[in-house]
Amino acid sequence: MSDIRTSHGAAAGALAPREYHLAHEPHPENGTALGFWLYLMSDCLIFAALFATYGVLGRSYAAGPNGAELFDLTLVAINTGFLLLSSITFGFAMLRKQMGDVKGTLIWLAVTGLFGLCFLGLELYEFHHLIQEGAGPQRSAFLSAFFALVGTHGLHVTFGFIWLVVLMLQIKQHGLTPANNRRLMCLSMFWHFLDVVWIGVFTFVYLMGVL
Amino acid sequence: MSAHNSHASDNHGDAHGHNGHHAANEPHSTFSGYMTGFVLSIILTAIPFWLVMAKVISDRPTAVLVLGAFAVVQIVVHMVYFLHMNGKIEGGWTLLSTIFTVVFVAIAIAGTLWVMFHMNANMMPTHTDMPAAMEHGAQPEAQPKAAP
Repeated sequence: MSDIRTSHGAAAGALAPREYHLAHEPHPENGTALGFWLYLMSDCLIFAALFATYGVLGRSYAAGPNGAELFDLTLVAINTGFLLLSSITFGFAMLRKQMGDVKGTLIWLAVTGLFGLCFLGLELYEFHHLIQEGAGPQRSAFLSAFFALVGTHGLHVTFGFIWLVVLMLQIKQHGLTPANNRRLMCLSMFWHFLDVVWIGVFTFVYLMGVL
Repeated sequence: MSAHNSHASDNHGDAHGHNGHHAANEPHSTFSGYMTGFVLSIILTAIPFWLVMAKVISDRPTAVLVLGAFAVVQIVVHMVYFLHMNGKIEGGWTLLSTIFTVVFVAIAIAGTLWVMFHMNANMMPTHTDMPAAMEHGAQPEAQPKAAP
């Protein structure tokens, strides 16, 4: 689209001065934030597919256990708390970053990582418990969809945690350079996005599954 | 749309030209903003959990609607206070791509549920013969199909 316009413009440009020629190519101030946001939105589509799958199969128990029998809401509430706390502590890390406080940023990032680990630990405990009870992913369509959806979210948190650790090492090594600030901004978006997805998970899978 | 956008990015360039490309990409976060989001999130999480765990609403469709509403409100809270979403960042393209995704996701999920629900209802083999036995009769029959 823009190619056609420029080549057309070049032909006409010999005759009349162009009004809209700029010294620099017009582009967003920083493509990274938008590009990363678009990645998150495409990730959103993955979760949409998994939510839709769960929506369709979520009541196909194959005479096996259902959500009300399996889910421990207290555990889920604690897990939700961990993720929410990790979101706010990441926020505090971002505030420290704005002040240029390397040590404060690292401390809050470490706290965030700790809450992330607590979340993962509880989730793995839950999965282990379910599989021990014979309610593994192969038991019914409901459980397959459940493990696929919650497991994909858990994998995202795992990779977010790995990213967090790597970024902490980077910040420790190089300080709050523009590159590290950019990475921190992306990870912050990623982390908050995972919390947003978790809202969908605890509402539509756990709470509505127990109803 | 495109005319509007090029205009917007011109303004952007003027406003931030002297700063280089540093200041514009990072929305300024504030402590009060994060705390507002956090407190709202806690409230919006605690209420649905309480509703379900204390079995406040006995009517299932009502409960589903109420829980869904809480989830939507909390997602918006997270978007605004944690992800700093507004119509201005990136010349509005962030918001535009989000709206597109929301519409796409809504169509995909609602469409899937709608179509698959009707498929289920219309293709259930024992649907008309033995409605009473459906709970225990139809489900195991589906199992061997799923196994291979």
